[in-house]
Amino acid sequence: MVKVRVLVTLKPGVLDPQGKTVRNALESLGFKGLTDLRIGKVMEIKMDGVSPEEARAQVEEMCQKLLANPVIEDYRYEVEEASAERKPAAQRDR
Amino acid sequence: MRTMRFGIVLFPGSNCEMDCQHVLREVLGQEADLLWHKEEKVSGYDAMVLPGGFSYGDYLRTGAIARFSPIMKAVEAFAAGGGLVLGICNGFQILCEANLLPGALMRNRNLHFICKQVPIRVENGRTAFTNAFQSGQVLRLPINHNEGCFYADLATLRQINEKGQVLFRYCGGKGEASEAYNPNGSLENIAGIMNEAGNVMGMMPHPERACEQILGSEEGRGIFSSIIRRWKGEG
Repeated sequence: MVKVRVLVTLKPGVLDPQGKTVRNALESLGFKGLTDLRIGKVMEIKMDGVSPEEARAQVEEMCQKLLANPVIEDYRYEVEEASAERKPAAQRDR
Repeated sequence: MRTMRFGIVLFPGSNCEMDCQHVLREVLGQEADLLWHKEEKVSGYDAMVLPGGFSYGDYLRTGAIARFSPIMKAVEAFAAGGGLVLGICNGFQILCEANLLPGALMRNRNLHFICKQVPIRVENGRTAFTNAFQSGQVLRLPINHNEGCFYADLATLRQINEKGQVLFRYCGGKGEASEAYNPNGSLENIAGIMNEAGNVMGMMPHPERACEQILGSEEGRGIFSSIIRRWKGEG
């Protein structure tokens, strides 16, 4: 199985009113020195029957076609080969 | 002469299609059919309307999923052949996602859902969608959106200004398109644009909700009558 984590972020210069509001809230909680806070999206995808290389090519296409809007967003992704789901500790020990 | 035939696309989550149909049929006396988004073959229409609403629950980004609905291939082919396409609110968002219009619509700057009547200024009164108006004329139309903040990069912005593609700007009652009258943070107060070819238009305000005096304004009617005039070769 391949695990993919896609990060979609707003391009530099694109206004992020949500990020600004959250930053203001953190400042009102007393956190100091925050110069910027921007909100993006994380998408976690699991894929079966593909190599990490194939997954990478597919995810690139997914990002271009749907997951990000190139007018306002940038994207990047991490691909990781994961062995079958780990069993809960209690079962493993038996 | 026969009446004009409008096709109104109904996506899952559209909610302004009946208003559009009512205006086109009852107020303007034209034909208007609702077309389910799963239809792949669409023919015999003189213009297409993508109405407002929340297609696919606005998931991922507004309009991002709807643009891949089966009917959109037909809409794209219709537009490529010069057919007139009008996108209102969510329809505008879908047209941007589909690259039929430049730019993108983002979360309102103040993070509020905005529902109110606002003045907008007609920037170009010589198009298929605005020929019933004068350039500079101020209309009062309702807006009703959460993601109406128009954004485009500087090169695109310059191009749509130079080519007369900006059709409407938010303004004050006297037509002052200044920051004080920008409800949602749209760049340069942009409320509606068309493509370079001049046959695809998107706008955030809802003209279909302002076509009868009982609803407070008739000033949206000119959008639809402009399309009809253009089709008849009069405007």
